[in-house]
Amino acid sequence: MKTKIFPIFLIFTFSIIFFVFYKGLQNTNVYTPTIKSEIKIPNFGAKEFFSKDKINSDQIFIGSDYYLLNIWASWCVPCKEEHKYLMDLSKKENIKIIGQNYKDNFENAKNFLINLDNPYDLIFFDNDGTIAIEWGAYGVPETFLIQNNKIIKKIIGPLNEKLLFEIKELTQ
Amino acid sequence: MNILKFLVSVIFLIYCFSSDLKAKNLEIEITKNLRCLICQGQSVYDSDSEFANSLKILVKKKLNEGLDEKQIYAYLKNKYGDWILYDPGFSKNTYFLWLLPILMFIFGGAIILRKVILKKKKL
Repeated sequence: MKTKIFPIFLIFTFSIIFFVFYKGLQNTNVYTPTIKSEIKIPNFGAKEFFSKDKINSDQIFIGSDYYLLNIWASWCVPCKEEHKYLMDLSKKENIKIIGQNYKDNFENAKNFLINLDNPYDLIFFDNDGTIAIEWGAYGVPETFLIQNNKIIKKIIGPLNEKLLFEIKELTQ
Repeated sequence: MNILKFLVSVIFLIYCFSSDLKAKNLEIEITKNLRCLICQGQSVYDSDSEFANSLKILVKKKLNEGLDEKQIYAYLKNKYGDWILYDPGFSKNTYFLWLLPILMFIFGGAIILRKVILKKKKL
C-alpha cells in the first residue's frame, strides 16, 4: 500500500507543475502596470507651452466636465497616427484636451502642431519626463481620461477607432 | 590663523564630498532596485531608456525633497505596482512568493527527518 502512494503523489505533483508551466507559456512576459481606475490626479507644477508661464495642475483641471490628458512628442511616430482622433475629440464641447509635451524640442513641437493642426486646449512642458512618472506613465503616447479630478480611463499607446468610440461613450 | 582657516576649509570640503557621495550611493542603491518598464529585465540604474533616465532624475529629486528610501519605494509602488521593485515587500500579493521557500524547506526537512527516524527504527 505504502509503495503505491508515492508514485501517485509523484505523478500528481508533476502534472500540477506541468499544468502551471504550460499555462505560463501562453502568458505574455511583458508587464504592463495594472490600470487602477478612479485614482486621483497628481499635483504638479509645469510650464505652459506658448507663454512659458508657470502653471499648477489644479489650475489646469478645473471648470470642464471631462479632460483628456495626452502625453505626446514630435519625435514620436505613433503620436502622428493618433493625431486625427485627437482632432476629432477636440470638436466635442464637454471635453478639454490637455497636451503634455514629453522630452521635446520647442521648435519641433511647434512645427508638429502647425503641420498637423493643434487639438489641444492647453499644452505644458515635461522636459525631464518626471511629470509623466507622476501620472504613472512610462512612454509616449499615453492618454488619460479625467472626470472630477479622477482618472477614469488610462490608455497606453496610440488611440484608435475603437478607443475613440469608447471615449465618446464615456463622455456622453 | 591661516593654517586654521585652511584646515577648516579642507574639513568642510571633505565633509561636503562625503555627504554628496553618500547621497549618490543611496540614489544608485534605489535605482538598482527598480525595474525598468521599457527594457524589462534591466534595472533602472543599468538602463538608458527615456523612462529610466526620467526615473533617475525623479529619485534624485525625491531624495532632495527629504524622502527616504522606503517612501520612494512606496511612492513608485503606488504608481506602477509591486512589479517595479526587484525586492517587493511582504504583502497580500507576495505571501506565496516569500513563504514558498520556507514551506519547501520545512516540508523537505520533514521528509528527511522521517527517513532518518525510519532508518533508525529498522536498525
